Amino acid sequence: MSNPVFSLKDATLRLNGNAGPVDILHGISLEVTAGESIGLIGPSGSGKSSLLMVMGGLEQATGGTVFAMGEDLTAMDEDALSRFRRDRMGIVFQSFHLIPTMTALENVATPLELAGHADAFDRAAEALDIVGLGQRAGHYPAQMSGGEQQRVALARATAPRPAILLADEPTGNLDSANGEAIMDLLFNLRDQFGSTLVLVTHSDALAQRCDRVITLRDGRIDSTAVAA
Amino acid sequence: MSLSLATKFARRELRGGLRGFRLFLACLALGVAAIAAVGSVRSAIEAGLEREGASILGGDAELELTYRFASEAERAWMQANATAVSEVADFRSMAVVGEDRALTQVKAVDELYPLIGTITLSPDMPLADALAPIEGQSGAVMERALIDRLGLTIGDTFALGTNNYTLRAEITREPDNAAGGFNLGPRTLVLRDSLEGSGLLASGALFNSKYRLLLPEGTPIDELELDAKEQFEGSGLRWRDARNGAPGVAQFVERLSAFLILVGLSGLAVGGVGVSAAVRSYLSRKTEVIATLRALGADRATIFQTYFIQIGILSLLGVAIGVVLGALLPIAASPILEARLPIPTAFTIFPAPLFEAGMYGILTAFIFTLWPLARTDRVRAATLFRDAWDGASRLPAPVFILATGAAIATLVGMAGWFNGSWFLTLWTLGGIAGALAILALAAFAIRVAARSLSHRMRGRPRVRWAMSAIGGTGEGAGAVVLSLGLGLSVLAAVGQIDGNLRQAIAGNLPSIAPSYFFVDIQKGQIEGYTERLENDPAVSRVDSAPMMRGVVTKINDRPAIEVAGDHWVVTGDRGLTYADQPNPDAIITEGEWWPSGYTGPPQISFAAEEAEEMGLSIGDTVTINVLGRDITGTITSFQEVDFSTAGIGFVLTMNPAALAGAPHTFLSTVYAEPEAEAQILRDLAKAYPNITAVRVKDAIDRVADVLAGLAAATSYGAAATLLTGFLVLIGAAAAGADARTYEAAMLKTMGASRRMIATSFILRAALLGLAAGGIALFVGALGGWAVSTFVMETEYTIIWPSALLIVAGGITATVLAGLGFARRALQARPARVLRARE
Repeated sequence: MSNPVFSLKDATLRLNGNAGPVDILHGISLEVTAGESIGLIGPSGSGKSSLLMVMGGLEQATGGTVFAMGEDLTAMDEDALSRFRRDRMGIVFQSFHLIPTMTALENVATPLELAGHADAFDRAAEALDIVGLGQRAGHYPAQMSGGEQQRVALARATAPRPAILLADEPTGNLDSANGEAIMDLLFNLRDQFGSTLVLVTHSDALAQRCDRVITLRDGRIDSTAVAA
Repeated sequence: MSLSLATKFARRELRGGLRGFRLFLACLALGVAAIAAVGSVRSAIEAGLEREGASILGGDAELELTYRFASEAERAWMQANATAVSEVADFRSMAVVGEDRALTQVKAVDELYPLIGTITLSPDMPLADALAPIEGQSGAVMERALIDRLGLTIGDTFALGTNNYTLRAEITREPDNAAGGFNLGPRTLVLRDSLEGSGLLASGALFNSKYRLLLPEGTPIDELELDAKEQFEGSGLRWRDARNGAPGVAQFVERLSAFLILVGLSGLAVGGVGVSAAVRSYLSRKTEVIATLRALGADRATIFQTYFIQIGILSLLGVAIGVVLGALLPIAASPILEARLPIPTAFTIFPAPLFEAGMYGILTAFIFTLWPLARTDRVRAATLFRDAWDGASRLPAPVFILATGAAIATLVGMAGWFNGSWFLTLWTLGGIAGALAILALAAFAIRVAARSLSHRMRGRPRVRWAMSAIGGTGEGAGAVVLSLGLGLSVLAAVGQIDGNLRQAIAGNLPSIAPSYFFVDIQKGQIEGYTERLENDPAVSRVDSAPMMRGVVTKINDRPAIEVAGDHWVVTGDRGLTYADQPNPDAIITEGEWWPSGYTGPPQISFAAEEAEEMGLSIGDTVTINVLGRDITGTITSFQEVDFSTAGIGFVLTMNPAALAGAPHTFLSTVYAEPEAEAQILRDLAKAYPNITAVRVKDAIDRVADVLAGLAAATSYGAAATLLTGFLVLIGAAAAGADARTYEAAMLKTMGASRRMIATSFILRAALLGLAAGGIALFVGALGGWAVSTFVMETEYTIIWPSALLIVAGGITATVLAGLGFARRALQARPARVLRARE
């Protein structure tokens, strides 16, 4: 087996809520290889999104180890994690999270600018063309439909050609037609760039498009299955 | 790298417009505008005084002597150095019409007056025509206040001393009036020659003579001043020139404006509270954007810089608006200001005060926005998935604390440097900081108390809802108490200080003060004068003492100013007396009084408190210039002198032989029944027309008028603070509007009527206003007590009308701000509100 992109050993996550500490993830051990696609499924509150956050360094595991591309995410501070994401990851959110004061083009260019690419806007325009929104580059998020916004978000996540693509229920706020189109785009882009994909979804059908499906329950891995 | 990116991001964010920043801009602009306007008015007055220095002075230079005219040598020197010399005598007297009489400040002039500038009269006529004798009776001109007081009309006759005058015109503008300082009586202007035989300006009478000089072009004024002082050293001569024609006015304007700028800083501090709230609210709306940028790989520095640049640009915009307003408002108001100010002004744009105000604005914005901005580093990318905003109050990183401390130190340093009084700066800014600390603590206590009380209000839903709202975070108890409280605190302190001072002067003083001061009683008149009063059963007490005026020039052979600084005893001329024996009531605190009939070297008994302030001790020598003659005496005793009773009190008493031969008059105080006062005045004025009577009540009224003017000026400054506070209040109400709409929708869903909800809204606003007003009253009373006790040394009592007005003002302001935003909340349909939340 080649060097894993993700390597989690006994990863735990405990958050301090108003009613006291809550254990979200219990001893998750997982390895993901380069180019692999993983579907994370499970009921609400099972810890899917939390696991994605831990894998993306958006949340730091409170126990165990989390390695991504050979680097220990649990040993990094917030800024080091930001730089890691900037250089290696693209993330797609359920609620798009476009910056409302920026045009579609500027939104897509932002991670490229952060990475110091001189041709950030050319590459952003190209990415928008790929998702079919080349004509809407100058539009603001408020002037776009939900499906269009998610396509912009997808372009933003993939424009830097990241080694890792994380997607948190990317179709959760879209109707079925738009959802399907977005998923086609996501998998096409992932195939095009050879990124490792971790996809959180409620949909078994979508999960089945991945190489491996991991089911979580109560913060633990309940089952792992290789997609048919 | 990160800075250029941050600049790009900031620019993109700012394209969203100024929505949400109107309060931010208004708070900064208002605070800066108030300070810039005060500074601009000060500069306009200074420029006016400088431009018209010669006109204010009435010449290029002036030599002033105290109750003597110039000697032959002095006149010769003036004639040799000047192209023209004009002589003016200035003194107090009584203008008499039949049985009616009024105190007036007489200016007796020569034909050359005014050397520079013009006097304007109504009806319009040349001054020479107005003063010239017609059919043996000289003319005079008067200020309107005196004409009205005596019920005169143009052409009527009145008397000064034993001479009659015809009132020919009203003085509408007197060019050299600003240099004169505080006058107890309105002006009467006559020809000096017309006073011959009037009994006024007799030997020993209290008057000042002023010689205005027109100098040849290119005269080196410095050298001429030095020459005059050298030639006439020890003559008591005082020099002024057009470079600073009215030093007293200039100093007063400088001090008052310095104080008003410090009051203005309290407005900026209130504005800072609003600015801070606006930035916090803006950043909380931006949490998702910040988290997104974090998820995309932006580090903390980039994010901090992005928002620092945005807030910096907006701060500069707010400051710029304030500077422009502060520059233009005084110019726009100049016709009104010029008409109301008794001194010349030159309104234009003055860069220095605008720079000062701008710097205060920038520093205030920096101080109040840095901590909220520092909180951006606590927004984590995980916020996009769950509420990961660490809202708990925590100190920011040490670098931000240090930067804030440095900015505060710079602001205090700038304020001290600009206004030139560290004492005033540190006390005022310390007071503002103390008030803010008390208000912040009080806001915290109010929330805790409201939370606790809300649990005990079961069965009273309106009160319970109000208490819960105040106890929670939504109602912004902190912002309301801080913003409104500081403005009201300043106003309350002004009200309490002014009220106590007025009470001390106009309330308490008349009960212990004499009815009249009589001055210029000649030696030959004192016996008859005393006899008239001692035989009057309505007179309870008469105190008389010989009086002359002198200037303390040296202490222990060193210039007095070097030893005693700017102590009031050594600045200007002071009254002094002589006595063989101490007054029976006198308390000698140290040393011994000279033996009766003592004729040895001059000895002095000095006022104990003033001596201590000046650092004098027994055995020290003091040189006093009396009528151009230096008299040096040794301090042999200190005595308690109470100046607060308005009775006779002299800083300096000498043994009689020391002042033998010096011409002088007597000063007398009369304590009489109020109903007998008029008759006493009539009898004495008839018998001794040269005597001047100062009715103490009139003098007190005049002082009270001046105080009222000062209090009004300070109140205007405080009003700017209050207006800023009200803006912050509106901002807090606007920020809570959505929460109130949701609350109203929920309550309606559960069956509450609109009236119940409205009552609860009004109740919470009123309770917060009551709290803000109450705390402001406490802070203001504390300030009032401190100033009354330690500065004014008067007894402090709370001034209830002002206090109640402050509390009522607090309630009204919060209720108005609250009601302004309650209407929408009450009218909103619950279903729509609740659906929008899903």
